[in-house]
Amino acid sequence: MTLTQHDIDQEIAAEHAAYEKRVADGAPVEHQPRRDYAPYRSSVLRHPRQPPITIDVAKDPELVELSSPAFGERDITEIDNDLTRQHNGEPIGERITVSGRLLDRDGRPIRGQLIEIWQANSAGRYAHQREQHDAPLDPNFTGVGRTITDAEGRYHFTTVQPGPYPWRNHLNAWRPAHIHFSMFGTAFTQRLVTQMYFPSDPLFPYDPIIQSVTDDAARQRLVATYDHNLSVPEFSMGYHWDIVLDGPKATWIEEGR
Amino acid sequence: MTKIDTSSPESVLPTPSHTVGPFYGYALPFRGGEEIAPLGHPDTITVHGYILDGEGKPLPDAFVELWGADPDGNVPTTDGSIRRDPATGGYLGRNGVEFTGWGRIQTDANGHWYARTLRPGARGQSAPYLSVCVFARGLLVHLFTRIYLPGDEAALAADPLLGQVDEDRRGTLIAVDEGNGTYRFDIRLQGEDETVFLEFR
Repeated sequence: MTLTQHDIDQEIAAEHAAYEKRVADGAPVEHQPRRDYAPYRSSVLRHPRQPPITIDVAKDPELVELSSPAFGERDITEIDNDLTRQHNGEPIGERITVSGRLLDRDGRPIRGQLIEIWQANSAGRYAHQREQHDAPLDPNFTGVGRTITDAEGRYHFTTVQPGPYPWRNHLNAWRPAHIHFSMFGTAFTQRLVTQMYFPSDPLFPYDPIIQSVTDDAARQRLVATYDHNLSVPEFSMGYHWDIVLDGPKATWIEEGR
Repeated sequence: MTKIDTSSPESVLPTPSHTVGPFYGYALPFRGGEEIAPLGHPDTITVHGYILDGEGKPLPDAFVELWGADPDGNVPTTDGSIRRDPATGGYLGRNGVEFTGWGRIQTDANGHWYARTLRPGARGQSAPYLSVCVFARGLLVHLFTRIYLPGDEAALAADPLLGQVDEDRRGTLIAVDEGNGTYRFDIRLQGEDETVFLEFR
């Protein structure tokens, strides 16, 4: 039996209602998606059934997970954060500037850490061999970038607006346009991979991946804000997106930050 | 709203995680990701295994990141894991001398991964281990686990985390010694012999 959008819509609504009820009954707000979110079918066989074992980091400041791998200037080149300059010609699409700050839960900037991004081209196609979507590849766009945050935790990318694309979770499934982001913090516990979306995308209600974040306010934190001050005259549209890393860090790292 | 007001702590809330999806393969893996040990280092070990789903099927679209101390138990502070070539825009690979302690390795078409790194030294109250972070299509939030190396039974018995885990599941955190410095560590995301995963508070 073919799984339709209507089927998925009903599952999404049921998950959302179940979450609202949990919170109404006193359960804490869930900032993260649950790993067992069935509307996203690929999660069904790929989530643990046993609860995780909790490690209280305050009991042992020597845990290696309280430190982070280091990245530096030799790990990026000057134009790695400009996805429009990686080929001989200009990529097709609407140029955009995406910028914001990488922060920890105390609102402190995370300096000198690696941010990696990847995305589909303006037609909604990834430069990946297993990608089957019949949209044109752009010989002037790969869609991969990386940067190191500055002294204020700031990052800056120039790229083109990615297109939405179909996928096979169910019949007529479409992903809202997004850019994948990967971040490191001051502790390995803060590691984060996620996706940044664009304001007011009409596909949000239909997409089980963004809806896997069942808390409405948390879901909004995945959506960038249009920022006219970031728009570059005669060149690009600007979007602002701050990122806050979860997970405990070593208390001694807080000093001087 | 995604401009975070850092003047009020209650507004600094975490950015939710998402899956890496199926198409990270041309973006995140890098040349030499699995060759973490400096060339010819005498404390080099090989760790390898499969990543399996709830039906025991291997995942061809997952990757792990390993992070560990050096043989003296010190945390590496050296960058250079993903050195880039400014001339070509490609990867240079590691320099073969410095130990960054971190690597990223994707599974192959059989769902298998391997890495060569340095045998980690003990830190604090813990037995020596490598920290592991697992990412995959279908996994909405990455998973942390640890690879403990067998051999020092006293250290394993005294390890605070292993002491928290039921005896029948403890073995999922301890690699199997295959000889010649090679250790097998399978990661089962779900079902029978499910790997113990961790959360940090």
